[in-house]
Amino acid sequence: MTKLREFPIKGKYGKYGGKYIPETLVPAINELEEAYEKIKNDSDFKKELDYYLQNYAGRPTPLFLAKNLTDYVGGAKIFLKREDLLHGGAHKTNNCLGQCLLAKRMGKKRIIAETGAGQHGVGTAMAAAVLGLKAEIYMGSTDIERQKLNLFRMELLGAKVHSVDSGTKTLKDAINEALRDWITNVKDTYYLIGSVVGPHPYPMIVRDFQSVIGEEIKYQIKNFTKTSPHALICCVGGGSNAMGTFFPFLDEKNVSLYGVEAGGLGVRTGKHSATLKEGSEGILHGMRTYLLQDEFGQINDTHSISAGLDYPGVGPQHVQLKDMERAEYVTCNDNEALDAFFKLSKLEGIIAALESCHAVSYAMKLARKMKKDENIIVTLSGRGDKDIDQVMKHRKKYIGR
Amino acid sequence: MSYLQNNRIEKTFFQLKAKKQKGLICYIMGGYPNPIACESIISSIVDGGADIIEIGIPFSDPIADGPVIQEASFRALQKGVTPQICLNLIRKTRKRYPDLPIVIMTYSNILQKNGFKQFMEMAKEVGADGFILPDMTIDESKKYLEYSKNLELASIFLVAPNTSNLRIKKTLAVSTGFVYVVSVFGTTGMRNSFNKFTLTAIKNIKQLSSNKKNISVGFGISTPHHVKLMSNYGADAVIVGSAIIKKIDGNKDGSIIEIQNNLRNYVKSLKAACTN
Ligand SMILES: Cc1ncc(COP(=O)(O)O)c(C=O)c1O
Repeated sequence: MTKLREFPIKGKYGKYGGKYIPETLVPAINELEEAYEKIKNDSDFKKELDYYLQNYAGRPTPLFLAKNLTDYVGGAKIFLKREDLLHGGAHKTNNCLGQCLLAKRMGKKRIIAETGAGQHGVGTAMAAAVLGLKAEIYMGSTDIERQKLNLFRMELLGAKVHSVDSGTKTLKDAINEALRDWITNVKDTYYLIGSVVGPHPYPMIVRDFQSVIGEEIKYQIKNFTKTSPHALICCVGGGSNAMGTFFPFLDEKNVSLYGVEAGGLGVRTGKHSATLKEGSEGILHGMRTYLLQDEFGQINDTHSISAGLDYPGVGPQHVQLKDMERAEYVTCNDNEALDAFFKLSKLEGIIAALESCHAVSYAMKLARKMKKDENIIVTLSGRGDKDIDQVMKHRKKYIGR
Repeated sequence: MSYLQNNRIEKTFFQLKAKKQKGLICYIMGGYPNPIACESIISSIVDGGADIIEIGIPFSDPIADGPVIQEASFRALQKGVTPQICLNLIRKTRKRYPDLPIVIMTYSNILQKNGFKQFMEMAKEVGADGFILPDMTIDESKKYLEYSKNLELASIFLVAPNTSNLRIKKTLAVSTGFVYVVSVFGTTGMRNSFNKFTLTAIKNIKQLSSNKKNISVGFGISTPHHVKLMSNYGADAVIVGSAIIKKIDGNKDGSIIEIQNNLRNYVKSLKAACTN
């Protein structure tokens, strides 16, 4: 049988993935694929990337046993993979450094990127600054409104931010606009996509650069226990922190994999971003994948309290994992994520991103049903500073004033 | 190379060549500015001399389109235009113009949602002659080509200024009806001028096709001068899209009769440039 780690095969994960792109982008995508295949196993490239990951971004990030949270829940041990401690405040930096170095090798000086919550934009702006590249970031005007801090951070870091006013004015429209820019400036521009989405080879490249998360977990867990982790839990927007965590474990069938999507106001209300749970097959942003769409194939408006999960598509490899029942995809509502946000702050002294809190919330549910000598690892994909404004609105309920 | 015997597109090109004329292909967003006005707009475009009509089915995320067509898609969707409404529009247009080639331009997901096969069967049934899907590459087209062939629908692929010769040859081999040459680096929308590479690209594709395929050039064309330019470069037809939408938008407050008159005259001026 084909090992799951061997995918993509010819750019596909089963029937998902592929390259559904305007013809103008075909040469650029092929150039990228060739360049990536060349550097993938190049030891100089690896060395350079490792150098930046360690000395600039602060890898490895710790694996922390959340003892207080574990005691509070009273079930399996809960470990936190601390991507919130990575420079930039989220796992996004792994991918941004990798792709900026790749862009440099390809001789591209202008980097464009889309951003939802602003985390990928910040990561791109940082990596571009340190590596001497020029970055331009597309961000929906609705997202700019709710993530003002990150807008300013990007500008501080020297990036130019374009406000996107088309469509729903959120992440998907920012991707549309970045793609249009790329079509127009294809010769000298590198498109640095922020999750395991888009045409092949992007889902593979982003996954590979994020796999450092899972690789580190693999050896770090040995400091605590002889057994493999029983479950890995990650939030899923496009699915990059999840793919990076899952990938090294894909063929270890005794490790259960859980992806947590944004249930928003509840999947029944239609106001959510639970693409794998509620979506259907479609073609968008260069890939065949699952989409939240209406009966005519128009892409739906999505909702989540966390801008980073607010995307109507998902990485194609996740759809394959779902179809094969290798991973299970569940949802966590806005309220549950908020709950986890406050719990984790109080119990462990960690203010985590609302995105990540979706995974924490599900971990608490799952741990309760598991044995005390079993282990759950939650990837804490980012820190919560960016969400403080949003969360303050709810302080009455949790802090009492 | 594949060829569709009974397709209205190929017949039209055959007749145009006999008359030593270039073809004029006009794009209109289905159901724009509203479903009823759209019918009369198509009539005025055909009366003005358009040889082929492209009907767009609006999609929420049109990545290959510039601001004008994006805005038209957005507004059409807001007015409740569905793929079915566009297919009905084609059915009516077909009744009125039995020989007019009608091509659907939309994005892959609109077909995917119904299933490519089912959607293409519906398109055939209402009288469409083929598809242009700007996000469908030849690499992903195996099934799409199979259905196109079975239903005798034209599969019109795009070629960009940076497409390699090897890939142009592959594209020529699987395209039917015509090949859509994208004149510029960028999305749809009007341009003031064109670069040397547009000329080079058209000449190159003409040569690679050994004159066996119909070469249509689009993106950015809006004036009789542009039409002449592309014709001189060797194009068999030109495609005008955003400029037509712009004409409708520019006349928003005018009556539908006014819009129709303006469009008819505009299309006439473009067609005149195809004729000598
Ligand atoms: C902290 C954080 N976690 C998760 C995500 C979701 O992305 P992905 O599913 O690709 O990991 C984002 C996206 O912006 C984020 O900022």
